Amino acid sequence: MSSDWVISARSVGKTYRIAATRDRATTLAELLAQKLRKPFARSLGQVAFEALTDITFDVQRGEVLGIIGRNGAGKSTLLKILSQITPPTRGEIDLHGRVGSLLEVGTGFHPELTGRENVYLNGAILGMSRREIDREFDGIVAFAEIEEFLDVPVKRYSSGMYVRLAFAVAAHLRPEILIVDEVLAVGDLAFQRKCLGKMDEVAHRSGATVLFVSHQMAAVRSLCSRALLLERGRIIDDGAVESVLSRYLALNQSARTATTLLPEGDANAPARATAVHLSDASGRPAASFRLGEPWRARVEFELLRPLPHVIAGFGLQNLDGSPLVTWWSAPRDLESGRYAAEFECDIPLAATEASYAIGLTSDEKSVYYAERVGALSISEIAAGTQPHRASGCGAIYTLERPEIQTA
Amino acid sequence: MSVPDMYSALENAPAARSPHPQPRAIVRIRPPRAWESLDFSALWRFRDLLLALAVRDIKLRYRQTFLGVLWVVLQPLLGAGIFAFVFGRVARLDSGGEPYVLFAYAGLLAWNLFNGVVLKASGALVANAPLVSKVFFPRLLLPFSGVLSTLLDFVIALAVGGILFLASGRTPGFSLLLAPFWLVLLLLLATGIGLLCAALAVSYRDVLHILPVALQFLLYGSPVGYTIAAIPPGLARTLYKLNPLAPSIEGFRVAMLGHGFIGLRSGLYASAAAVFVFIAGVVVFRRMERQFADVI
Repeated sequence: MSSDWVISARSVGKTYRIAATRDRATTLAELLAQKLRKPFARSLGQVAFEALTDITFDVQRGEVLGIIGRNGAGKSTLLKILSQITPPTRGEIDLHGRVGSLLEVGTGFHPELTGRENVYLNGAILGMSRREIDREFDGIVAFAEIEEFLDVPVKRYSSGMYVRLAFAVAAHLRPEILIVDEVLAVGDLAFQRKCLGKMDEVAHRSGATVLFVSHQMAAVRSLCSRALLLERGRIIDDGAVESVLSRYLALNQSARTATTLLPEGDANAPARATAVHLSDASGRPAASFRLGEPWRARVEFELLRPLPHVIAGFGLQNLDGSPLVTWWSAPRDLESGRYAAEFECDIPLAATEASYAIGLTSDEKSVYYAERVGALSISEIAAGTQPHRASGCGAIYTLERPEIQTA
Repeated sequence: MSVPDMYSALENAPAARSPHPQPRAIVRIRPPRAWESLDFSALWRFRDLLLALAVRDIKLRYRQTFLGVLWVVLQPLLGAGIFAFVFGRVARLDSGGEPYVLFAYAGLLAWNLFNGVVLKASGALVANAPLVSKVFFPRLLLPFSGVLSTLLDFVIALAVGGILFLASGRTPGFSLLLAPFWLVLLLLLATGIGLLCAALAVSYRDVLHILPVALQFLLYGSPVGYTIAAIPPGLARTLYKLNPLAPSIEGFRVAMLGHGFIGLRSGLYASAAAVFVFIAGVVVFRRMERQFADVI
């Protein structure tokens, strides 16, 4: 181990005691009865939940470490322990240097206070002294681009302005160790890029050490040199970012359901979608694909009466709701019955997580539309070939008689 | 100003900006021990936050109000008016020969300080739950900032009281020198109770519902609208004097009005109770602190 480490975690574990639903006392009377039966039991009806087990790692000064893993893998718990918000149950961590942690953008912002007041309050909350904030104030305001709204209560801000200001304060905190949790999930693309740039500078110019949790693989990949992969509270991979990311993607591939059934919509609607199946080029069900690799979406739908000029649409949206791309099927006049539209998809876009929307139109009018039906991810990892531009096209065929499928 | 510009500007800033600052503090994070000592240096390091939170509290209280800070003055005046009417006129309680409004105002000053501190401190953690679960700082700062912001209200109300007293033709006497002593007792007691309740409220919000009722009860069980002398001597008064608040409130009023007397025993009892409750509050708070972020 080099002597220049700034974080050294040894066998850290965290156990939560959570109430077991079966034994839990739901009324005061039940609780009393339990206490009387077992007066010395310290925690009645509780089960232990191992949020983190045997976490051991070192971080060198100036390193940018990505922490990835699925929801519930323990990432946030680890960050909370490192930020001293919650103590570990076992193990030890040594930290060299001032820690600044940003687990949420705008914690402590108060809607009634003005932008200026919130900068000072938030700065203090993040651990800056008043003098430090005075010194950084102009930089914060410039970064957030809110000069003319400084003395307006932030409840009147647009959500974009709010987030910009909140991130700006945190970005001007000058910690030696910066801990950041998923803050890029907010804000528009341009701002996300600006934030990433800022974090990159914090890491590479000022020599700070950065721990970064994100579900956005592109961000992890561009910022971090090394990554930790957590799964069920354990570190299952620790190494160069590329290899850890591939491992993570492999983990996701097996875990996500590729088929989504849709709930009933409006009962009188002439048309409704019933299911979506995603599969890779070879037809295996999947929900995460690599950039440049073609994949398929199959939307099953039902018409309750004959409709002319039916077009099925399948579209992807960013997680913030902005549309990315939509594929349309060739129009067909259809009798009532069950159909499926199949789309050959290939997104020439950078790695992204996206939700998908489904629409059906008849005679240029929308007859069915559903958003956020499911989600998928496109990664740019390890795509051997250059992404090529392929235009998707869709075709509709009847489910009862697939043989009359037309292009 | 572009981002790189900002950086070059900051490179000229004073203080250590070297790319590799020498490790200053080593923080060791480990499982909590049963008894942790109070980290005063941490409290001191975060003093700016304490102030910022108190200032936020004060600003928020009167934002989007028509009368604004005037409420700080109006509240105790209206309170004293109601007391003067109910106790002085209707119930005709003995005020020891003082004009009842002055008598009630002095008692209410002390009571409002106690009441405000208990309520502010006990609600401080729950009201700031997002801070507790997302940011690190000594948790004691939250209830303490509540104490601080209540103190400001008290100081304003005290100033109004001073004007009221001077206007009624009194000259301040030496007894006034004892007022700070009683105030410190009130603050210790209130903060101790506030800390206990704040810590309990993290797991059991019931506390926050019971508290206003309990305080209402306590208000009538304390010599705010009447004197201790109004309680019949014997068992009733002995029991009454178990209320550790009674000597402090009466003591404060005596100090303000300039005549009356608090027995040494009562004074010692009130002091011991206040110090004990305060320490108990801090200890319990510290013991429970470690699980705040997980439970809140």
